[in-house]
Amino acid sequence: MGGFIWLPAVASILLSLVAWDGIGGIQQMRFVGLGNYADLLTIHPTFWRAIANGLIWLAGLGLVATPLGVLFAVLLDRRMRGSAFYESALYLPVVLSLALVGFIWQLQYAPEQGFLNQLLGRTTQGQLIDWLGDREINIWAALVAGGWRHVGYITLLYLAGLRSADPTLREAAAMDGATEWQAFRWVTLPVLRPVNVVIVVVTAIEALRAFDIPWVINRGQNGLELLSTIVANGLLGEATRVGYASAAATILLLLSVVPIALYLRRALRGDSGAA
Amino acid sequence: MSLAAPIPLPERETPRPVGHRSRRRLALHGFLLLCCALWLFPLAWAAYTSLRPFADTAARGYVSLPGQLTLDNYAAAWRDGELLGHFAVSAAVVVPAVAAVLLLGAALAFVVSRFAWRWNVALLVFFTAANLLPPHVLIVPLWRLYLSLPVPPPLSDNGVLFDQLAGLVVINACFQLGFTTFVLAAFMKAVPTEVLEAARLDGASIGRLLWSIMLPLTRPALAALAVLQATWVYNDFLWALVLTQTTARRPATTALANLSGEFFTDYNVVAAASILIALPTLLLFLVGRRQLKRGLTLGATSG
Repeated sequence: MGGFIWLPAVASILLSLVAWDGIGGIQQMRFVGLGNYADLLTIHPTFWRAIANGLIWLAGLGLVATPLGVLFAVLLDRRMRGSAFYESALYLPVVLSLALVGFIWQLQYAPEQGFLNQLLGRTTQGQLIDWLGDREINIWAALVAGGWRHVGYITLLYLAGLRSADPTLREAAAMDGATEWQAFRWVTLPVLRPVNVVIVVVTAIEALRAFDIPWVINRGQNGLELLSTIVANGLLGEATRVGYASAAATILLLLSVVPIALYLRRALRGDSGAA
Repeated sequence: MSLAAPIPLPERETPRPVGHRSRRRLALHGFLLLCCALWLFPLAWAAYTSLRPFADTAARGYVSLPGQLTLDNYAAAWRDGELLGHFAVSAAVVVPAVAAVLLLGAALAFVVSRFAWRWNVALLVFFTAANLLPPHVLIVPLWRLYLSLPVPPPLSDNGVLFDQLAGLVVINACFQLGFTTFVLAAFMKAVPTEVLEAARLDGASIGRLLWSIMLPLTRPALAALAVLQATWVYNDFLWALVLTQTTARRPATTALANLSGEFFTDYNVVAAASILIALPTLLLFLVGRRQLKRGLTLGATSG
C-alpha cells in the first residue's frame, strides 16, 4: 500500500519539477524547478478557470447541498411514518457511481432530447438551452448533478450521528420551551461536533475529487475545467505532459492537506479521549 | 424496484384535536414527498426513456405518454456495448479486490489494535490520510509505475501491470485498505484483552486468534464493509480510465464513457445502458441496505 499510494504521492511532487514526456527513460527528464508551476499559473489557458470552478463546486456543495442534507437528516430524525421510504429515496443516488450520475443527468440536460428543454418547450433551433455546452452555465448544471448525490450522502451521515446522540437533551430543550431552530442551534449542533467535522471534511474532499461528471460530459473542457481534469488531460490528452500534470496534482495535494489535517485532528482527539 | 410511495398517514401516538400540530406534520410530509419525488425523478426518467423505442420518442417527443414500451433498447445496449464482457471484467476486479481488502485489512487491524497508542497516531496518518487523498494526486506516477513494473505471465500478458485486471485489483485494494483497516481496528480494540489472553493460554496461535476469535466477533463490521467496498470498487471510474487502455478490458463503469457516442446513437440506448450498469449497485442497495448504511457511517462514527 505504501508503494502504490504514498510513493506516487511523493513522486508527483518530484515530477512536478521536471519536463518529461513520460515515455522516454528517466534520463530524458529535464529539471525545470518551478517552471511548470509558472507556466500553469501564467500560460495555461484554463488554470484559473479550473480554480474558479473548484471554488464554485466547493461553495455549491458546502453552502447548498450539505446544509440541505443536514436539513433532511433533522426532518427524518423524527421517526415518523414513511421515513424509511424517504430515506431510501434520498440515499438511492449515493450508490451510483459519479460517472453514471453524469450520464443520467445528460438525459435531463441534452439539448434536443433531454427532459429539461422538452419540459420548457425549447426544442427548436435557436431556442435550445445548451445546458452542458454553454460555458456560462455548464459548470452549474454539472454541479446540480453532483449535488444530487452529495445531499443523500450527507443525510445518511448526519442521520446516523443524530440517532447515536442522546435524545433526552433535545427533549429537555423542547420542554424548556426552545423552538426547533433554537434546539438545533444550541443543543444538537454542539453535541454533534464530531459529526460536523466529518461532514465538513467529506464536503471538502468531494469537491477536490470532483472529476467524473465533467469528464463524462466533455472530458473537462469548454467551461468544465477542474484541477483534476487538468491532471487527467495532461496524461490522457494528445501530448503527455508529465511535469505539467504533476504540478496540477501537487496543487491538488496541497489543497487536500487542509481537510485531511482537520479530520486527523478530530480522530486523534477522539482516540486520546478513549484511551 | 417499487417507486410507489406509501401514503403518509398522520401519527396516532396520542389522540389530539386536529389543529396546528397535525397540520404542520402534514406539511412536513408534503415537503418530504415532493423532495423524494424530485430525487427519484432523474433515475425514473432514465428508466422510462430506456423502455421507449427511439421512433416513438422521436415522433411524440420525450415528454409524452408512450405509444409502446419495449426492451429493445436493453437488447441493443447489451449487444452493441458488449456489456456481458464488461460485467465479467467488473466481477473479476471486484471479487478479488474486496476479498483482499477484507483479509489484509483484518490482519493489519488485528496488529494495529494490539499496539500501544503512540504507534496508532503514525498508523492513523498512514492509513486514513491515504484513503482521503484525491486519487488524481497519484495517477501520473502510478501510470508510469504500471508501465514499467515487471509482472510475470499468470498475472499479466504484457509483462507489466498496465492494461491488466491484476493492476486494477491491486490499486483498488490498496486505495481501500486504509479505511477498512482503520474501521476494523476500532472494532477490534473493543474486544477485551482477557478473551485473547485466555485463548493464548489454551495454546492458540496468533493466526488462530485472528481467524477463530477476532473475525467472528467483527462479523457485522466485515459484512458492512464488504457491501460498501463492493459498491466502491464497482463504481471506480478513474483507475480503469488511466490504468487500462484496451476497451474489452474496461469494467462496466468505465466502459460506459466509451460506449456513448461511439456505439450508442440515441439517448434511449444510453438510458438502457445506464440502468443496466446501475443495476448491480441498486440490487446491492436493496438487499444490503442496512449493511451499506452501516458501512458508510462506520468511518464517521468510529476511528
